[in-house]
Formats: sequence, structure tokens, C-alpha cells
Amino acid sequence: MKSDEPLYWRSLEELASTDDFRAFVEDEFPNRTPDWNDPESRRGFLRVMGASILLVGASACTRQPKEVIVPYVRQPEELIPGNPLFYATAMSVAGIATGVLAESHLGRPTKIEGNPEHPASLGATDAAMQASVLTLYDPDRSQTVTRNGSISGWGSFITALVGARDVAGLKKGLGFRILTGTVTSPTLATQIQNFLAEFPAAKWHQYDPCGRHSVRSGAMAAFGKPLNTIYRFDRADVIVSLDADFLSSTVPGSLRYARDYSTRRRAAAENPNVAPPRLYIAENAPSVTGSMADHHFRMTAAGVAGFTADLARGGTGAASPEARGVLKDLEAHRGSSIVIAGEHQAPQVHAFVHAINQALGNVGKTVIYTDPVEANPLDEISSIVDLVKDMRDGAVETLLILGGNPVYDAPADLSFLDALKRVKLRVHSGLYSNETAAWCHWHVPEAHYLESWSDGRAYDGTASIVQPLIMPLYGGKTAHEVMNILANRADQSAHDTVRGYWQANHKGDDFDDFWQISLHDGVIAGTSFPEKLPPAAKAIDPAAIASLGATAPAGLEIVFRPDPCVGDGTLSNNAWLQEMPKPQNKMTWDNAVWISSKSAEHYGVTTGDVVEIELKGRKVAGPVWIMPGQADESLTIHFGYGRTRAGKVADGIGFDAYTLRPTDALWQGTGVSIRRKSDGYKFANTQHTQTMEERDPFRAATYAEFHKDPEFARPEEKRVAKDLSLFPLWEYKQHKWGMSIDLNSCTGCNACTIACQSENNIPVVGKEEVAKGRHMNWLRVDRYFKGPLEDPEMYFQPVPCMHCEDALCELVCPVAATVHSAEGLNEMVYNRCVGTRYCSNNCPYKVRRFNFFLYADWNTESLFGVRNPDVSVRSRGVMEKCSYCIQRINSAKIDAEKQDRPVKDGDIVTACQQACPAQAIVFGDLNNPNSRVAKLKRQQRDYGLLEELNTRPRTTYLARLRNPNPDLEKG
Amino acid sequence: MKPEDQEFTSVATLDPGPDKVIGPGHDYGSVTDEIGGVVFRPFLKTPRQMFIGFAFAFLLVNLLMIAVTWLFVRGVGVWGINMPVAWGFAIVNFVWWIGIGHAGTLISAILLLLKQDWRTSINRFSEAMTLFAVACAGMFPILHLGRPWLAYWLLPYPNTMWMWPQPRSPLIWDVFAVSTYATVSLLFWFTGLIPDFATMRDKAGNSTARKIFGMLAMGWRNSAKHWARYQKAYLLLAGLSTPLVVSVHSVVSFDFAVAILPGWHTTIFPPYFVAGAIYSGFAMVLTLAIPVRRWYHLEDLITMRHIECMSKVMLGTGLIVAYGYAMEAFMAWYSGGQFERYAFVNRMWAGGYWWTYWVLILCNILIPQALWSRRVRMSVRAVFAIALVVNVGMWLERFVIVVTSLTRDFVPSSWGMYYPTIWDWSTYLGTIGVFLALMFLFVRVLPAISIFEMREVVHHTAKEPTHALGD
Repeated sequence: MKSDEPLYWRSLEELASTDDFRAFVEDEFPNRTPDWNDPESRRGFLRVMGASILLVGASACTRQPKEVIVPYVRQPEELIPGNPLFYATAMSVAGIATGVLAESHLGRPTKIEGNPEHPASLGATDAAMQASVLTLYDPDRSQTVTRNGSISGWGSFITALVGARDVAGLKKGLGFRILTGTVTSPTLATQIQNFLAEFPAAKWHQYDPCGRHSVRSGAMAAFGKPLNTIYRFDRADVIVSLDADFLSSTVPGSLRYARDYSTRRRAAAENPNVAPPRLYIAENAPSVTGSMADHHFRMTAAGVAGFTADLARGGTGAASPEARGVLKDLEAHRGSSIVIAGEHQAPQVHAFVHAINQALGNVGKTVIYTDPVEANPLDEISSIVDLVKDMRDGAVETLLILGGNPVYDAPADLSFLDALKRVKLRVHSGLYSNETAAWCHWHVPEAHYLESWSDGRAYDGTASIVQPLIMPLYGGKTAHEVMNILANRADQSAHDTVRGYWQANHKGDDFDDFWQISLHDGVIAGTSFPEKLPPAAKAIDPAAIASLGATAPAGLEIVFRPDPCVGDGTLSNNAWLQEMPKPQNKMTWDNAVWISSKSAEHYGVTTGDVVEIELKGRKVAGPVWIMPGQADESLTIHFGYGRTRAGKVADGIGFDAYTLRPTDALWQGTGVSIRRKSDGYKFANTQHTQTMEERDPFRAATYAEFHKDPEFARPEEKRVAKDLSLFPLWEYKQHKWGMSIDLNSCTGCNACTIACQSENNIPVVGKEEVAKGRHMNWLRVDRYFKGPLEDPEMYFQPVPCMHCEDALCELVCPVAATVHSAEGLNEMVYNRCVGTRYCSNNCPYKVRRFNFFLYADWNTESLFGVRNPDVSVRSRGVMEKCSYCIQRINSAKIDAEKQDRPVKDGDIVTACQQACPAQAIVFGDLNNPNSRVAKLKRQQRDYGLLEELNTRPRTTYLARLRNPNPDLEKG
Repeated sequence: MKPEDQEFTSVATLDPGPDKVIGPGHDYGSVTDEIGGVVFRPFLKTPRQMFIGFAFAFLLVNLLMIAVTWLFVRGVGVWGINMPVAWGFAIVNFVWWIGIGHAGTLISAILLLLKQDWRTSINRFSEAMTLFAVACAGMFPILHLGRPWLAYWLLPYPNTMWMWPQPRSPLIWDVFAVSTYATVSLLFWFTGLIPDFATMRDKAGNSTARKIFGMLAMGWRNSAKHWARYQKAYLLLAGLSTPLVVSVHSVVSFDFAVAILPGWHTTIFPPYFVAGAIYSGFAMVLTLAIPVRRWYHLEDLITMRHIECMSKVMLGTGLIVAYGYAMEAFMAWYSGGQFERYAFVNRMWAGGYWWTYWVLILCNILIPQALWSRRVRMSVRAVFAIALVVNVGMWLERFVIVVTSLTRDFVPSSWGMYYPTIWDWSTYLGTIGVFLALMFLFVRVLPAISIFEMREVVHHTAKEPTHALGD
């Protein structure tokens, strides 16, 4: 017992070690007895340990995430956790690059902003650019190299491709074909050219389903060589758009065009001495450009060609009074007018338009010509026709498809798939394992542009380096890396390839500086193409006029267009874009057959009927949508739907318009028949009321009316006296945030909506929920029709939270979850919200959005990356709404405080404002009389929505002004 | 002779006609036996209709359980609510049930103070109805929350966040109004039951029942001192309840009147809601009393006089409600306010729910006018049918106010429709099940008619054979 005696003791009882004491201790500290000394227990412990180690070994089959917990030994420069970094890069759509600044949080790109240095962006973005960051994290992207559908490896692929090249090499490359989209990337083009130089019998085909085929052919027809046209809308007084939707993202440079055009409109609205621009548009379906037009000529797409011919006759020769009126206006503005033909109009129309612009003396003034931005401009239609012909003849042994999805989007009459099946080795690289990948032996996941090193040219030739913000999430490879295999340089990275190209082409020995500056700025200085004086356009002979004028056959016509949201289908699997309401009809998650009300009556169909459309023996069935402003006898259908292997988001929704599209009617065709099959198709629209219902949320007047009554937007009866309240108004001593939205500039393009979605972690709810009226966008763009149903004016009005000073929502919240800040923000406290939804009932603007279910995706791990860490992800049962990007306000205030200076005007840019290509949204401090927003609010056009309710909204609007031609004004 | 036998009571259970509040030949004992007999019947001798009725109600209770489980698992999105119609069936039902709960307090308190003796045989019954209706109503504000587990945040309780409810919100007023009303109604009902519990304790044949009733009787010994205290307390409670009759539904109406929404923002709402509540409450009392009276042969205790009086109250309050509708429409036109006018255009013909408005006018205004006729009032079937119609009409009234107003408010771009889902209906039917099941249980286990007050009626009738209401 001696040895058991404690060496140190705290009480006599402990020393005595009585039973009572032991019992007391056991009772007091029941877990005290260690089982280390118990041999049985120790064995048990070792057994468990052994099993754990075994299990750890077993679980090691799946790759565990690498979790680094050591701090930086050397902190990367400027990387401060919590502070985002911005990197300049460029996003290409159909080959044309637009500069962006990508926001990165700890190496994780979360948001796309426009690059103010880039001529095509000037800081703006479109919706697709905003949404591209979601594609980066899309869990449906292809994640591995596959061979015959089974998982394979990059190494095996290299072996296979090198083998195919070597076989082809025996015949100088005969039978080896490369198919790409339109390529502007100088590096990629050089790589391909080098390959072709080595293997002269190999061929390079280019095909973009919604590329600029007519534009190229039109320039060829007019000038005999491909020329790129750039328009200067900032210099144009009269613009005649022949089906050209130059303010929407279907046209390269549209962001710049929207900026230039809106600047002119704004200048005229602010200064009576500036002449307002006048826009005429002739089109078959309403477009966002059409909504800005002062005169909207509704006609079939074929009719537009006739109208062009009419204009070409000139002067008094024109048949229609509209054409005569337009011509008169054009004549009066020689050198300061623009006639622009639509991307989808026939090449002949483009050729005419080149001649007309030359005749009007616009060339070099408002219409600028440069070399083509495509690295290798060619007729893409004949290129793909040739390829298909060769494939069918068995002349193609290896086909390398770099990006693209021809099985889905090649013209239907080519039967691309049948031909493809005859190719011995088919290789596809793409972001998704799509319809084409399914029929290819090899598929290589392509790197997203935010994961890639590359380069590209903008609409005016300006080159940008594409630099990655993150390692490829799914092991994607760029086209450069694939081409490197063919050049026996499989180990060379895309970075080295791109850098190598620019180094080789750089004159002087300051390449490192040049490279750093180019990367930093996002544009390579001095690469925009110089202006070129074109040869005289081919004279328009009367016979050509007659033939073009006669191309409007009677009968129903069908018009193919890229979807306003998902484009040609490459963006189909992007849920933000699927849920983005199409500007014209606010439809989500669907495409439809647009038809005019008169034609609908004529063919006995109505909205929601499913019709079978037949064109040249090919059929497709889709639901009808009666579109106000649609031309009679003209159907419009959109590409991008009816996907079968796009991913979980896009598969099985809508119908595939490509199945109807033949090579000889790429954009429009006649001889189409429709047959009603069934009815009751359910659309999911975010807006159901088409008109303003005798109210005036959107206020518009002509310039003449405005000059007569400058206060038209804010009549006496709408104003509320300041002393209406018994209580003194709250005094905002420091800041007083406010927003102004210029309806005169807004084109309704939805870029703001998606920018807001990206910035504020707004969830997607799906078609069913949208149909129930539960879409979540904080910033919606209302669309109103005004005038006759057949041919109304179309107006867009972005509606964020009004941040009312007398906020009705705050009054009725029982738990103080929505409160007013001292700076006048109407704040939502998510943690406090219990979800009575009373605030929404009492909000006259209905800008509040409610999480009826758990809409935020808490399960898909890859999507966690896209979220803005500065904004809470909302849970089920919580109300949410526009916060004026409070995270940006606070970050600007913190920066200002650190620098010991007041917040300057322009320090805070909300996400919507940042994205807006028309600069219609301005945010700032109303307490600063010199701030841009305070100045705008002093304008006479300024009015508040439902101001008469005495809500004192902080978001106000500037009324729209129209500039109709008095000669053509109806009535 | 056993209590469950028809012949147990010494008098015939025949309706004594429209001017009597009690059948002829009743003495203290026969009244006690007839009312107590309902409770003391052996289980299997319960009327068949009661079994069937309860089984049906219980099925609906289970439906509610399923609906609520699904609601809690998925979220309020299982209902048809959306933006702009963020309030749907839940709030419609809440207001409807609260309205139904009004008759009880009105009959117990106001008619007691006004010394209307015809209230006696129906007050216990309608008080129970009130409690159960308020219980059903009370469920909805919690169920309809986006995060129902945080419902207690609407209560002012001390907490570390130093957060109190936001007192300007009518929803907070609701919490106080409804919880006060429920508490006072419960106290009132229980206090009224104490002497009867003692009677039941003394009459009970089985020891468990004796013990339970004994506990509930709280030591009531029928002493004069007890009665003195009791009557004072009962009167005081009646006095307390009286303002509540007016206040509860006024406060509920503030949920709408305080909001700016056209169709809600109306000063006439408080009186018009109170009248509507009494209207629907009486309709519900009739809906329940008429079958129970028949199944348990209580025609001599709930007489045609009761039915006629209640019909008259219904007619009167119905006319107030009609005046409310007329004034709402008139003011909408007279105000000249664009949005206010449109709210009525929308309600009456432009909106997607125009038909609900006209069915409501039919149910609440046109059909009940038949009650002017004494022949209709004297026909139990006709009164029952009209009471049902009024129940439907009053539900539609709340639907028109809550939903139709929300579908089209200020900015046309946000207009939208509301379509109730199967879960909306299940929750609604489920609460009807809860209500009916509780009523069936109540009738079976507690004296549904106040025994001691009926004894008083017997006493008065005996002393003054021609005594009747209004004399």
C-alpha cells in the first residue's frame, strides 16, 4: 500500500484515502478513472485505432480536398483576405472579345465587371457576360477526358491525337480537318496556320451558327473583299436600322453602341441646344433597339429587304411614304447619318446599305471601315457545307472540333450527324459534353475563359490577353493546348504559347513591361485596326433594286434568331440566363413561336397553343406566343432550346429551332405552314399585364412637348408637399443615398438584372416557381406596351427598391426586420425576419422577394464558389430585396475612412449601375449637391414612381423623350 | 330506468314553440337529468351521428397533420401564395375563424349584461365554439410564417439581443388582441362551468368521472358564499369580455386598414369587421346547434325561440355588413382616387376573381333577406341552410378582401393571380376538422348547456308562468 500513497496531497481525507473520500471523488468526477491503466481497455483502444487507420486507407480511394492550414510564408502582393482583387481579361462570344474585369475573392472569381479601358466595354457588360461566372462553376460542365464515353486521360488523348496526325502526315495532312468557331485569337490562328503550313492538305473549317455570315458576304458583295464596319452612333443624327438590333448583344460592339447612342440621347435631353438623334427601325419582331426607336416600321423580314430597295431607289423614287420620309431625313443629314443593316438580313441588303452610306457621305464620319477582325475571314456556311460534303464522301479521316456543337446547331439540311458518323476519328473539345461530344470518339473538357490563357480581338480589332483567375476546376484544356499537341509541343502551356506569340510579334526589347501592362490594362495598346477607306461600293443597278424589292413573296414567313437570353445555345445551361425574362415578353425558361395577333387570328391559334411548323419538309412543334408589335404573316422562333445534352438546367426545355433551319434560309424563309396540335401550354412569365392600365408608371413625351411643358413628368397633382406630415422629416446629416434611372437611355437589356443576381447571390427558382410568381430578381425590368395591340410602343422600366423615406414596409413589420438606416437605406435584416410577408403586401412597388422554399442551393458544392462572400445567402422563409448594394457602400466608406477623406461622388458604384451599357443608372449621395445623382434629380424630367402616395422614394426616374419625324407622325 | 333512456326525463322533449325558452313541465331535476344525461350516456349509446361526425372530423384532423408536416418540411411555398399575393388562405381562414369566435363572447357577455334570458341554453355551447374557433384561428398566423419556429419573436420577452417587437405593426396588436381574447374567453367559459362541474361530480356514477369532475369543480360546495362570489366574478368577467367583442375584430381589421393597399386601406373596416364577425359567429352557432339539438333531443331546451332570436341577430348584423359593402363601394367612387376606384372595378368585374364578389353578395346579402319572413325563421331547415350560406359568404368576404385586393395593386407590371393548392385546402379543411372534433368531444364529455342557469330559467318560469323574453 505504501506505493499507492500519493506524493502530494491536498487534504487529510485524500491522504487517508478513505472509502468515503473515494466515493465522494467518484461521485464528483465520474469520468476521472483513466482506462489507460486497464490492460483490457488499452487493447480496445489499440483495436479501434487500428481499424481507423485501415478505414482511412480505404477511404483514400477518393481524393481528399487539399486543405492547407499554414499561413502564407510570403504573402502575395495585395492579397488581403476579405478584399477582392480585380483582374483584366476578356470574354469572347462568337469569337469577338469584350474586355472584362473579373472580381476575385481569395483566388475565386465571383463577379464580372466591364473593363473601362476596353473600347467595346467602357466598363459595361451585357447579361451573358455577367452570367458567364456561373458557367465557370457549373457542375454540369464536362470534367474529364472521355474516350467512347468512358473516362480516359489527357496522356492517352495526346497519344491518340498524335497518332492520327502522324497517319494523316503521311499524306501531308490529307483527311485531317479542324472545325472551330469564328476565330479572332491571333495566337490560335497562328497555331492553326502553322499546322496547315506543315500539313498543307489538312483543312481548317469555321462555323458559328449565329455568326456574321451576312455581314461578311455583304462586304464581299459591295467591296469585293471582307471589311469590318464600325458605327459611330455618337456622331449620328439620323439612324436607320434595317432590322439591326445594334443595342442588343447579338451585334459585336453593342455595348459601345449603346453607350454612344445613349450619350447622345442624354445630351439632347439635358441641353436644348443639342439636337436629339432620331432612330428609325424596320423589323419583323420587336427588339430592344426597336423600343428606343422614334419610328417603328413593322414589316416582315423579307419586307425589310423591299424597304431597303425602296431606300436605294432614292429621292422620289421610293414607293412607300415611310421610305420617302426617311430618305428626306437622311438627305438632310448627309455625313451625320447611319444606315445599318441587320446581322440577319440578306448579304444583298448589306451591300445596298454600304452603297447608301457611301452615297450619303457617311463613310469615314459615322461609318468606319477597317480590316476584318476575324483572323481568317471566310464564308462559314460554305465552309461547313464543304466539310459535310467531304465527310459524306469519306474524305475526312480525323475531325478535330475545337468548341462548338455542330451536331446540334449545323444547318438541318446538311444532316451533319449522318456525315459525322463516317469520320474515322472524331475529337471534340468543349465546355460541356454536349450533343456533338456524344458522337465523338474523344472528348476533352475545355477550359472556361476564366481558367484560360488566350487572346482575342474586339469589334474594332483591339486585342486583349485572356488571363486565368483560377486553375481549371475540371482539368479543362484550352484550344491552344490541343493545338500544341499537333505541333509536338504537348508540354507547352497555354500561357507560354500566348506569351510566345506576342513576344515573337513584339518589336523592341521592353517585352516584359509590354506584357505586364497589357495584362493589367486588359487591352494591348495600339492594336485597334486603323480606319480604312473602302473602294467605291458596287453601284446599285436598277435590276438589283428590282430583284431585291421583289423578294417579298406572299405567304407566311419564318424568321430564325438567337434567343435574347441564351443566344445560339452555348449559354443554355446557365440558369441565370434561363430565368432572365426575355425583354419583349418577360418569358423565362422557354422559347416560343412569336406571331402577330392578326396572323394568330388568321391561322386560328392563340398563346399557349402548340403548333407544328413545317418548312421544306422539316417539322418542329412549339408553343405560340402572340407578340404585340410582331409583323403579320411572320413567325419568329429562337435558337438555344430543345437541348438534349446540355446539362441539368437546359435539357428538355423549349423546342429546337435548328431542326428547321436550312442553309438556303439561314435567317428567314417562306413557304412555312403551321398546324395547331394542342393547347394549354403553360409559360412562365414574370409580367402578366401588358399595358399601364391607364396609369403612368412610365412617362414619355416628345421633345416638342417637353420643351412646351418641361414639368410634364411631374404634374402638380402628383407632388406631395413637404409639410404634409405632422412630424418634422428626418434630417439625413451625413449621407443621403439615392438613385436616378434614366428611362431615356435604358434599353431594357437586362444586364442590370443579372449583375444584381451575381452581386447579391440571388437564387434561381425554376420554371414552376416563376410560373407561380415567385421569381427572385431584386431588380426587375418592367415592360409596358402603349398604343394599338398590333403595333404598340414598347417601354422598359427597371424597378429596384425605391428606398422610400416613408417606407411602408417598415411600418408593418412586427419584428423590426426591415428598418431605416441613418443614411436613408431601407435595410433588410435577414436574421430577424420571421416571414410574415406583410412588408411585401404593403409595398406599393412590389419589389420585395420572398424565399417561399429554400431557394438558395446549399448542396451543390461547386456553386458555392460563385457566391459573393460580402452578401448573406438567404435561407427559407426570409424576405429579401434590393439593398442599393450596401456592401459596396460600406466598402467605399471604409476605404474613404482609411484614407481620411470623405466619400467622393463615384466611389460607390452599384452592381446594376456598373453593368449598364447605357449608363442609365446613377447612384450617389443626395447631400452632395454636386454629385451626379443630385444633379440628375434636379432635372425637370425627374419623377418618382407613385410619388403621390407620399412614400418619398429615393429611386427616381428621368422621363423618356421621343424625337419623331413630324412628316411621319401618325394622325 | 337509466339516464340514457329517452324516458329518463319526466317530461317530453318537444319543442314548446317560438315564445318559450324552455319546454313545459320541466323542474330542476328534469333539467339536470336531461343535460347531464348527454354526458353520462354509456359510450356505445352515443348517437350514431356523433360517431360518424367525429370520425369524419378526425379524418380531417389527420389531413391537417399531414398538411402541416409537409408545410414545415418544405416551407410556405407549398401553398399558392406568391408575389404579389403574399397572403392567401392562411389569413383568410384566420380572419374567418376569429369572426366565428365572436358569437360566443357576444352571447355570454353582452346578452348577459342585457339580461336576455334566451341566451342561457346556448351560451355554454357558443363559448366552447368561440374557444375552438380561436384555437383554429390562432394556428394560422404561426403556420403562415416563413420561419414558424421563430413565432415567439412576436412576443415582448426580454432577450440578450435587446430586441422588442415593432409596436407600430398591426400584427403585434393582433398578438395581444387575440391572446387576450383567448385567455378571457377561456376563463369565462371555465368559470361558468364550475357549478355544473360540481353537479356532474355529484351525479357521476363512475369514480374516475367523479374524480375528474371533482378536480374541475375546484371544491364547489354550492354554499351561499360561493354563489355570491361566483356571481360577482361572472359579472366582472362579462364586463371584461364586452369590450373585447368590439376590440378583437377591430384590431384584426387594422391588419388591412393600416396598410396602404387599395381595398384594404379603409376606415370603415373596424365596425364592419365586428358586425361581420357577429354575423358569421351566429351563423356558426346555428350550424352547430341545429344538428346537436336534434341528435340529443334537446328541442325543449334549445327551442324555436332561440333559433328565431339568433336568426334575427343574423339578419340585423347582415344588414350592417351590407351597409359596409355599400359604403366601401360608394367611397371608392366618391373619393375619386384612381387606385381605390380600380380596386372595386377589379373586385366587381375586371379581375380574375369577380365571381367571388358576386357569390359573396348573394350569400351575405341577398339570401339572408329571406329571414324577414317569419315562416323562414320558423323553419329549422331553412335557417340551417341560410346559416351555412352565410358561413360560405363570410369566408368569401375575407377572400375578396385579402386576395383580390392583393392581385392588382399599384404597379400593373406586378399584378398576378393566386391559385390555392391542395395544401391550402387541406389546411383549411383540417382546421374545420379540429373545430368539429373538439365540438363533438365537448358535447360528449361536458354539459353543453348550462345546467344551473337552466335551473334559474325553470325557477323564473315557475314563478311567473307567462314570463318570457321581452315581457
